[in-house]
This record gives sequence, structure tokens and C-alpha cells, in this order.
Amino acid sequence: MPYRAEKPRQAPPSSELRARIPGWGVDLDPKDRPAVPKEQFDPSATGAHWDFPQRQPTKWPRERSIEHKFLTPVFGTSCPPQGLSGVVRRYAYRYSEARAAHWLLLMGADRINVVEARLQALLSGRPDSRIRETGILSEFTHGGVRSRVGRDRADLSHQWIDAVGFIAPYVAVAGVAYMLMRRQSDRRRRIGANGQGMR
Amino acid sequence: MQAMVYRGPYRVRVEEKDIPPIEHPNDAIVRVTQAAICGSDLHLYHGLMPDTRVGMTFGHEFVGVVEQVGSSVQNLKVGDRVMVPFNISCGSCYFCTRGVYSCCHNVNPNATAVGAIYGYSHTCGGYDGGQAEFVRVPFADVGPSIIPEWMSEEDALILTDACPTGYQGAEMGGIREGDTVVVFGAGPVGLFAAKSAWFMGAGRVIVVDHLDYRLERAREFAHAEVINFMHVDDIVVYLKRATDHLGADVVIDAVGAEADGSFLHAVTSNKMKLQGGSPVALNWAIDSVRKVGTVSVVGAYGPLFSAVKFGDALNKGLTIRAAQCSVKRHWPRLFEHVRSGILKPSEIVTHRLPLEEVAEAYHIMSSKLDDCIKPILYTHH
Repeated sequence: MPYRAEKPRQAPPSSELRARIPGWGVDLDPKDRPAVPKEQFDPSATGAHWDFPQRQPTKWPRERSIEHKFLTPVFGTSCPPQGLSGVVRRYAYRYSEARAAHWLLLMGADRINVVEARLQALLSGRPDSRIRETGILSEFTHGGVRSRVGRDRADLSHQWIDAVGFIAPYVAVAGVAYMLMRRQSDRRRRIGANGQGMR
Repeated sequence: MQAMVYRGPYRVRVEEKDIPPIEHPNDAIVRVTQAAICGSDLHLYHGLMPDTRVGMTFGHEFVGVVEQVGSSVQNLKVGDRVMVPFNISCGSCYFCTRGVYSCCHNVNPNATAVGAIYGYSHTCGGYDGGQAEFVRVPFADVGPSIIPEWMSEEDALILTDACPTGYQGAEMGGIREGDTVVVFGAGPVGLFAAKSAWFMGAGRVIVVDHLDYRLERAREFAHAEVINFMHVDDIVVYLKRATDHLGADVVIDAVGAEADGSFLHAVTSNKMKLQGGSPVALNWAIDSVRKVGTVSVVGAYGPLFSAVKFGDALNKGLTIRAAQCSVKRHWPRLFEHVRSGILKPSEIVTHRLPLEEVAEAYHIMSSKLDDCIKPILYTHH
């Protein structure tokens, strides 16, 4: 107990652990641990044969953190900023990484980007497929029920939110369609009733 | 080429994309043979990571064959079978020259608070990842290693992230002989952290999770004591009692941003994106470690703020170590462990699917279907 000086004896003897557990103690000596100490200056060990890397050509004005002195010599070229989301992203990079505005604007741009992509796909005649892209059919092929029922999974407390999010658009579309159909049939009935009255 | 493409939260698909070109003299183009989905890919998949753009290809765990090399590449040639660390590193900056490859300062223009990672949003540099038939590998002379002939491709694949990350989690704990080590999370990283804790002389290793099938794997694979936090009133009190009220000497957070155990944190972080990640596992780590103990964090968190109980960390005099893994640094030692037979990284692989089924693979991993721990995607090369 920590209320006295001695450390509580919790572990079996090392000899027992060494016999029972494969590899027990092989890295007991910190000298055998590759990242001890954390910083070990050895430029010859990295494989680099340059003092500073040659610069990669830029194909568009590459957004960068204002905490950097300059554009790093090498960078990723996936998905250049485009459209309204691109405008928001570029604006976000006016703020340092220390500012919440930087990250919140980027998160906002991510959401705008999704709407842009959906519309673009729709206009191109190849709309996104919720069924294929969510992989939802694996619920049937990989034990969706079996993986949840009767199991004390903590994530079940909030997974229903995902399910609601998935179903909600379908329910909304079905609801709107039902209302339109009902309005249409009411109109027909009214016209029919008026016609009878005239006769 | 075929490549996985992000289409928005919870949506991915396979698309035809151009084969990436050489963009720098030290680039290589690698023909991917296998790529894994990492637990941290789920943060992107769920839309938690800022600056994740529609159209990006994820995947920071991959192996393959060198297809093309840039003019200055000396250490690799076309046809070499290579394993590629998840982090991109220049080998010549302040951090790389000190062995901290995960903090390279020359590869990520978008942020200074993180290095660059393949296929991990623009916050991590804007590089397309390896869940594709081909991938651009910058600094081919620094990061990749030729897969030894005696090593299986699946072992090599798991050595690109999960295995060394778990090992580093144990290493950062500064474990001493006989220490009690608690690992939060029985996913791939947690399993390797638990196993590595024994290598470093732990006296007890206790793994905590809420998924029984993963705890069972922790018991078998990592020889750990296990506890499902759903089966106890208060996991911190349980761990205090289990350690005679001292607390664990070392606690490893191998969960990160999507920790379960609190509805409030799950909703505010994972659903509403108001936190950089759910701090549940980290707070439990801070509370269950003994005073003056060490908390080692290898679970990934986003750059936004999280509601961490830092006052407890201060008042308990804790040492908090945290880092993305500097993969390459750990390879020589881990290669020895694999060769000697005490470590078999591919034992954690549970699912193997073709790249075309990437959407199903993500859903299975995200929803923890079919007792999934580690899914692998393979191409048809």
C-alpha cells in the first residue's frame, strides 16, 4: 500500500516471467531500446546525402502554415484547393496553428467541399452512391447483428446516431414525396367534387 | 490506376486516378501490393481531421515493389520489394538528424506541429497514400527499407506503423523491471504495446478495452491480464484496487481520439467535432497511473483542443511522453525480434480484402464488425 514506504509486491518473480513469456526482458537494458535517449545526433545514419533537400517545383501557389519560414522543399500535391472550399482553406492559412480559427475554418471548408463534390457528381451524371460508398452492405455479409447483439460495447450508446444520420435523408425524401402525393390527390378530389357540383 | 478515394465522412470508393509522377529527384514510385487500414485512418474517415479533402487517397501502411526512381536515388532500384514507414522524412533537418523522423520539418508545409504522413489529410502534408495501386514515396533514400528475404510481406506491412508504434509506446513509458503497466486499448497498437512491455521487463501488463474479442486477443497474443471497462463501475477505482491502491507505474494510451466510455465526449468530439478527440482514455490514464508515474501517449489526437484533466497530471507530478512513432529508428531492433521468433506482427491481421472492397473494409473496421482488429487491402499485382 502506498501509505507505507515499501512498494506493494504485485509482480511474479522475473525468473517465472522469463520462463512463461516469450521475449520477456530482451529489452530490459535501456541500451537495447532504439529511441533511448530520445535525441541522438547522427546525420550519417539517416540515408540523406544532402545538407538541405533540393526543392520540388511548385505547380500552384501552395498553401502553407505561417509558422513556417518558407515553403518546405518537399510537399504533397494531392487535391489542390478549389471552389468555395478552396477560398475558405486559403483564408484559414492566414491564421497560425495556434488559433482555433485556423482549424475551425478548415473543418468548415471540409464540409463545404463535400457539398461541392456531391453537386459536381450529380451534375456530371454520376451521382454518389450512399450504398456503395458507405460499405453498409457489409452489415449483412460480416455479421452486423452478431457483432452487436449481446455484447457490452460502449460504442453502441452512440452508434444509433450514425444509423439515424444514414436513414434521415431517406425518411425526409419519403416524407416530402408522401406530402406531394397527398396534396396532388386532395387537389384531384376537390376538382372532382367541384365538377360533380356543376353537373 | 485504381485508388481509394475519400468522398466525405463515412464514404469512400475506388476510382481511376493517374499514376503519380516523380516530382522530386529523390522520389520513388512504388507499386503497392498490400496496404492496411489503421485505426487512425478512421479519424479521417469520420471527418475528424481538419483539411481532409474530397478526392484524397488514404493509406499510410503499405508495402510494394519499386516501379520507378528519381535521378538522385541511390539506395533503391526498380524491382526492390520495399516497406515504407508511415512518416515521410527528409533525413537532414534538425529533427531527422537526431533520430526523430516523425517530426521532420522539411516535408509538411501545412503545419509545424506535425510531420508528414502518407494519405493523412493536408494537415499532415497533403500526400496521397498507399491504398492504391501506385504511390509516390518522397525521400526514397531515407524512409523505405528493402524487405529482408526471410520476412513475410504481411509482417513487413505491420512493421510500417502498428508494431513499432506499440513498441515505442512501451519504450516511452521508461519501463523498469517489475513495473505494472496498464494499456488502454486492445487494438493493433495496444496489442503491440502490451507485448513490448514484457520485452522491457514489466512485471504485470493489464489491458483495458470494451470489446471482449479484442481483450481475448490481448490475453492470447500479449499474455496480458485483461479487463472490460463496461464490466466494472469505475475503471480507475478498479485499477487502483488491482494495484493495491498505488496505481500503475506506467500507463499507455493506445486509443486516441475516438475513445469510448463517455457519451458526452463521444458526441462532442466524434459527432459534433467540437474537440480534437475524446479525452476519455487519456483522462483515465492520468487518473489510474500512480503519482510520479509515466503516461505514454501513442493514440492519435487531432489538432483541436480536448478536455484533458491536466490539473491531475500536474498535481500527481506525472511524466507525460507522447509522440508519433519514428518508425525507421525501431526497425533494426524489431527485425531482430521478428527473426528470433518472439514477435510475429502479422498475427493481428483479421481481414484480407481486395482494394475494390475498400468501402466495406472501412465500414467493417469502423463498426467493429466480425471481430475485426486489422484489415488488409491487397491489389492484383
